[in-house]
Amino acid sequence: MAYAAGVDVGSTQTKCVVLDEERRIVARALTDTGANVTRAAQRAFDEAIASAGMQRSDIVCVVGTGYGRFKVTFGDFQITEISCHAKGACSMFPGTRTVIDMGGQDAKGIKVLDGEVLDFVMNDKCAAGTGRFLATAAEVLAVPLDTIGALALQARNPVRLSTVCTVFVESDIMAYLAQGKKIPDILGGIHSAIAARTVALVRRVGLEPEITFTGGVSLNAGMVRALEDKLGLQLNVCEDSHYMGAIGAAAFALERGLAHSTGNVA
Amino acid sequence: MAETAYQGRLHLLQKDLMSQYYGELTASAEGSGVPAAYLLIGGNPVELLRALDILPVYPEVNALQLAVKKQSLAHIQAAEGMGYSTDNCAYVKADIGLYFAGRKTPFATIPEPSLLLCNYVGCNVYLHWFDHLAEYTKRPTFHLDIPFIRNASGRPSSDDMTYVLRQLEQLVAVCEEIAGKRLDPQRLRRAVELSSQTGRLWSEIKHLTKSVPAPYDAYFDSVTMMAPLYCLRGTEEGLTFFQTARDEYAQMAAGGKGPLEREDFRFVIEGPPPWPYLRAFRDMFARWNAVAVASTYSTVGGLWEFGFAHDPDHPMESIAEHLLTWNLTNRNFLQRYDQIDRYLKEWNADALVIHSVKSCRLFSAGQGDMRDYFTQRGVPTLLVESDLEDPRYFSEAQMRNRIDAFFESLAHRKLTAAASA
Repeated sequence: MAYAAGVDVGSTQTKCVVLDEERRIVARALTDTGANVTRAAQRAFDEAIASAGMQRSDIVCVVGTGYGRFKVTFGDFQITEISCHAKGACSMFPGTRTVIDMGGQDAKGIKVLDGEVLDFVMNDKCAAGTGRFLATAAEVLAVPLDTIGALALQARNPVRLSTVCTVFVESDIMAYLAQGKKIPDILGGIHSAIAARTVALVRRVGLEPEITFTGGVSLNAGMVRALEDKLGLQLNVCEDSHYMGAIGAAAFALERGLAHSTGNVA
Repeated sequence: MAETAYQGRLHLLQKDLMSQYYGELTASAEGSGVPAAYLLIGGNPVELLRALDILPVYPEVNALQLAVKKQSLAHIQAAEGMGYSTDNCAYVKADIGLYFAGRKTPFATIPEPSLLLCNYVGCNVYLHWFDHLAEYTKRPTFHLDIPFIRNASGRPSSDDMTYVLRQLEQLVAVCEEIAGKRLDPQRLRRAVELSSQTGRLWSEIKHLTKSVPAPYDAYFDSVTMMAPLYCLRGTEEGLTFFQTARDEYAQMAAGGKGPLEREDFRFVIEGPPPWPYLRAFRDMFARWNAVAVASTYSTVGGLWEFGFAHDPDHPMESIAEHLLTWNLTNRNFLQRYDQIDRYLKEWNADALVIHSVKSCRLFSAGQGDMRDYFTQRGVPTLLVESDLEDPRYFSEAQMRNRIDAFFESLAHRKLTAAASA
C-alpha cells in the first residue's frame, strides 16, 4: 500500500494529512505555525506519520501548500492552497461546485469542476471576514475562541454591526457592551456581518451548489448557520473541513507519487 | 526556476540615452538656460516642445524611477505629512514630496518648470496636481482640455478637433514666449517626421511579439522602451533607439529566441506595473514560463500599433489626433475592451491579467467589470491589486499566491485540452 502526505502551512495553523491509495485519511496532525515555519511543517508531518506508526520511507510523495508551502523543505512539490482546497473539497464531497474557504487571514471563493479550479476570488489585504476578525472579537469579549460559534447560535436580537474592519470592530464591540447588549447578540451580529460579506465576495465567482465550506472557521457552527441563512442553502461540512487544504495536497501527492512510481509523469 | 537575466544591447543603450537626458535635466536645474516644461504621459504633445528646444519633464516618469529605486516612500510620507490623503495618487505624493526635498534624485536634479503643461485633464487628480505645482512653483500653467471619446464610433467629432487645434495654437504662443523665439514650421515638421518614424518602428516592434516565442516581454521589456518613447520622441537619438530595438528584436524573433528559455504561457496584461516591486513581480510570471505578448500600459502614452502615425504634412492636426483618438486614457471602455480583445486574438494569448492600482482610480475603476466581461467570454482572467508607486500596498505572499493559483489552473486546462485533442 502506498501513502502520500499533504502539509498545509497556514498563517495560523499547520496541518498534515496522510492518505492511502484509496484516498482514505490514515493520519492527521495539527500544530500552531508560529515563527519557525519549516519546523512547524516538519513537526506536523512527523506527528502525523508517528500516529499511524509509519516511517518517512512509507510516504511516496509530499506536497506542501499554504502560505508557507515553499518552507516545506522535505516536500516534493508546492501547490497553492486554492488548488488544494478545491481538490480536497471535491475528494470529500464529489458534487462540490463552489468552495468557501475561511482561514486565519483569508476568505476565498473557489469555483470548481471535477476537483479543478475554474475561477477564484479572495479578500485583498484586509482581514475582514477571516478567522483573525473572529479571534479579535473573541478577545475583546473575553470568551474562548472555540465557544463563539455556539454562543452566536444563542442570539435572540443580533446587533447590526456597522463595520467588518478587524481594527475598528474592537471599538464597535465596546460600544455595544456599554449599551448593555448581550454577548450572544453581539456575536450573532458579528457572524451575520461576516457571512454577508463572504457571500458577496463568493458571488463574484458565481455561487453554484453544492457548496463546501472549508478552513479553520468551518469548525464554527455559528458561522455555518450564518452562511446557510444568507445563502438559503445547506453547506457541505465535515469534521475534517479545516484539514481540506492538506487533504487536497495529499490527493495531489498521491496522484503524482503513483504516476512517478509507474513512470507515467504528466 | 526561470531566470530573467536577459539584458541585451538595448537595455544598455537605453541606460546611456536616459542618463544623457537626465544630464540635460540636471544642467537645466543648474542654470544651463534651457527651459523645462512639465507635462503628462497620456497623449503627450512632446513634438511641439522639441521644436522649440524646451526640455520635456514628466513628473510621472520621475516618480516611477524613484519607486524602482525604492526611494518613493519617504517622499510619499512627506506629502502625507503636508496633508495629502493616504488615498491620494502616490505619483502625485512622490512628486510633491520630491519637490519640497529639493528635486534631487539619484538619477538627476529635476529643474524648476518654466511651464506646467497639463495636457491630460481627464483625470481630476492630475488637474489638481498641476494646480498645486503652480501654487508651489509660481510658474504658469496651461490646461489642455482634451474631450473624452464620448461616442460608440470611437472617433472625435469635427468640433472636438477644432477645439483642440485652437488650444494648440494658444499653447504655441505660450511656448514661444518661454522659448524666446518663434516656432519654425520646418523644425516642427522635422520633429513630427522623427516622431512619425519612431511611431512606425514602435508599431513594428509591438507586432513582433506575435512570434512564438515572443522575442521580448511586452510588459516588462516594453517599459524599457517607454521612457525613450516619451522623453526622446521627436529627436534623432529617439529614432536611433527604436531602430536598434526593432533590429535586435527582429533578429531574436527570426532566431526563435525569447526573454525566457521556454515560453509555456502567453498573456495580455492590463494596468501599470508595481514599480517598487518590478523584479519580484516579473519573476512571479517568469517561474511559470509566462511571457506578456501585449500590454495596454505600453499604450498609455499613445497607440501606434493600430495604424496611427504622426503626419509631417499636417503636424498640428496629427498632434491633435494623437491627443484625442490614439490616447489610451482618453478612450471609452468599449474601446479598451476591443483593444484587449484584439491582443488576445491577434497575438494568440492564453489569458488576461489585470493589475489594478490603488493610486489611479480613473484608470482602475471598471476593471472588475472588465474581468467579468472577459471571463464570461471564456478568457481566463486574473485580477490582482497593489499600487504603482506606494510600496505599502504590495503583499508579496498574497500576490504570488494568486498568480501561482491562476497558472496552476491554466496549466491544468492546457493539459486537459491537449488530452482531449
